[in-house]
Amino acid sequence: MTMFEAILLTIATAATPLLIAALGELVVERSGVLNLGVEGMMIMGAVSGFAAAQMTGSAWLGLLAAVLAGAAFSLLFGFLTLTLATNQVATGLALTLLGLGASAMIGESFVGLPGIRMQSLYIQGLTDIPYVGKFLFGQDPIFYLSIFLTAAVAWFLFKTRAGLTLRSVGDNHTSAHALGVPVIRIRYLAVLFGGACAGLAGAQLSLVYVPQWVENMSSGRGWIALALVVFASWRPWRILAGAYLFGAVTIGQLHAQALGIGVPSQLMSALPYLATIIVLVLISRNKRLTLMNTPTSLGKAFVPDR
Amino acid sequence: MTTTTIKDGSENPLLEADKLTKIFGTLKACDAIDLTIGKGEIHALLGENGAGKSTLVKMLFGALQPTSGGISWKGEPVTVSSPAVGRSLGIGMVFQHFSLFDALTAAENIALSLDEKAPLDSIAERAREIGQTYGLPVDPDALVGDLSVGERQRIEIIRCLLQNPDLIILDEPTSVLTPQEADLLFLTLERLRSEGKSILYISHRLEEVRRLCDRATVLRHGKVVSHCDPRGETASSLARMMVGSDIHVIERPSVEKLANKPTPLLQINGLSQKPRGPFSVALHNINLVVNSGEVLGIAGVAGNGQGELFDAISGEVRQEQAGKVTIRSTDASLLGISARRKLGAAFVPEERLGHGAVPDMALTQNLLLSRHSTDKKVFVSGGLLKLVAQSSLATAAKRIISRMDVRKSADNPDASALSGGNLQKFLIGRELDRAPSVLVVNQPTWGVDAGAAALIRQALVNLARSGSAVVVISQDLDELFEISDMMAAMVHGRLSQSVPIEAMNMERAGLMMGGADASSGPIHVGAA
Repeated sequence: MTMFEAILLTIATAATPLLIAALGELVVERSGVLNLGVEGMMIMGAVSGFAAAQMTGSAWLGLLAAVLAGAAFSLLFGFLTLTLATNQVATGLALTLLGLGASAMIGESFVGLPGIRMQSLYIQGLTDIPYVGKFLFGQDPIFYLSIFLTAAVAWFLFKTRAGLTLRSVGDNHTSAHALGVPVIRIRYLAVLFGGACAGLAGAQLSLVYVPQWVENMSSGRGWIALALVVFASWRPWRILAGAYLFGAVTIGQLHAQALGIGVPSQLMSALPYLATIIVLVLISRNKRLTLMNTPTSLGKAFVPDR
Repeated sequence: MTTTTIKDGSENPLLEADKLTKIFGTLKACDAIDLTIGKGEIHALLGENGAGKSTLVKMLFGALQPTSGGISWKGEPVTVSSPAVGRSLGIGMVFQHFSLFDALTAAENIALSLDEKAPLDSIAERAREIGQTYGLPVDPDALVGDLSVGERQRIEIIRCLLQNPDLIILDEPTSVLTPQEADLLFLTLERLRSEGKSILYISHRLEEVRRLCDRATVLRHGKVVSHCDPRGETASSLARMMVGSDIHVIERPSVEKLANKPTPLLQINGLSQKPRGPFSVALHNINLVVNSGEVLGIAGVAGNGQGELFDAISGEVRQEQAGKVTIRSTDASLLGISARRKLGAAFVPEERLGHGAVPDMALTQNLLLSRHSTDKKVFVSGGLLKLVAQSSLATAAKRIISRMDVRKSADNPDASALSGGNLQKFLIGRELDRAPSVLVVNQPTWGVDAGAAALIRQALVNLARSGSAVVVISQDLDELFEISDMMAAMVHGRLSQSVPIEAMNMERAGLMMGGADASSGPIHVGAA
């Protein structure tokens, strides 16, 4: 394995959880809901995935548990913000805090235990192609799932009727309601999808990235995913590009440190957020871009009038 | 009050409402309403704001469920449990406040309201066809956010027609159109009627109801006060039924009787401005003078630069050079909005919630927001902390509320809790209370019912006659004819010459709004 290939692989591993969590949040935000609880749902996915895999011995069951845990956790958010119409920002922040605390409690007995790593793909011949074989044909299943998800979300949002309906709810929930679109139901489904994705991203952390349980192991990736959605101006393929860019920055920072290049690591960690702010500034300079790209109802609670 | 009941025109009514009642809490929004709509008729639904029109329509369309009473459709009792059910029965609705999605294309907007799973391409094709048949041209691939109000309405109507409805409900369709555009709409509606479709037509404009509609149902305070034939009534008899008393006729004493000589209070000289965004209109060489004692009415179809002109006068957008905007002989071009207010000017923008008032703030707080700098001594106490003088705020709010007859449910409600008409009365009253020398109002009576509109118009005329200069930007030509002394029109960011009202008529106004002034010889369309 060459240095080039190794770097490529580590970038992919670093980018995949960002990509999956951001895709989920993209669908949520396209429906007009801002769920700041990505970090919390992600860490719940990570701990549930690790625990289930530990107890059953199957990484796949761990993955399933992580997805279910993320979705269940998002349901709590959905109930509060959609049914009870609480403030989305505050509820999302609470969800993150709750997730970090609850996962530490659940994971206490799992600290230090050896994890179960999800098997990587191996296809005779293809995986052995120099330079790109391992990258294209030798990765873990979650990597392939993340690429598939990107295409699926892009197709769903822009080519299907259901996607159009979801975007309409995010653009103007009052109008959508007047047309008879079930606004709350669609938002519940979107929030559940977002939770499932965040859970999956968490599973990638504890079953692929670092197969063990460490408290607070999501270490801010949920926030980067949130920033990524804005950075990508709510477009799936741009999220893919952004995730790999941010992944490359993270990995580059590690290599730079190893080579003794004096870039302060704090600056590198802040880069995703700085990039997001720059994108936000660029978008909001232009009203048309804002309109085209930002879900207008984002973060606004919907209460059907009487 | 005479309540005439006339036989409905058809043996087989399309829709019958039987004692429809809707109760919200303690309020009877609709009280035992009977309504029969025959096949192939245009039926007017009249009433002031809050009379229960929109509640009734929402029940017919399925957006609300009646508390009691029933609906029959083609002779069969039905439960319209949702708009989707309404649509599948054949009831289509064109909303007053367009329910379109700005970020989606025309075709996507249309697709959303169709229940069938047809692919987008075929919908675009059918939209084009229907548009051609009924004289409603649209580009299916255009982004709705880029379209004019008239074009948006066309999309709404096409969207409705694509569902092939038997009954089309139109809510205030002409309030956003020029007289010529409205005429085109009437042709479309008459054509639909001749095809046997029924139309329920909600409007404040009584003349057009008399011209277009076969029958009318008049609501007041949630009750039917009359079923009548509008062609047999006069506009004032219809208005009397709606309001329950005679509508106040605007008194406009002649300008000559004023004590002081007219002096120019607001002047604009060669104001040009680049568009500030993709949906913004450029202003080209605007010139106007408004004298004391005078109301200048500015007509024009929405989106021709009226909003930009308003922002330029109010100082929300400052001018780049000096000498463009003069308020009371002081060059205000480089001043901001508070400084212009201190010169004696006052401004009421078009958008009430979010621009004229902060929705989630109480009326007193909204009062403070627009007048904290001009009336600092009254509303802000001296001293280091600059505390807000709550009691004088409350007194001022009470004064405005009683003077403008603002009806409200709580003592000091949030701006968003007031109905559109009542909030507008408060916002105009808030500025009138200062007795400004210059008042600029954009769309003073948009969506305001007849009684409140008359009150607002009279207040504007009175302010002018007390020696102020008043500029009224409006799309409602009847209103401008009622209150203006001078009239001008905006087209594509250009302002026409001001013409004395005595020299104006509807036709000339329509031509001015279309970019051509018949008085200047041959018609120059879009002349600079």
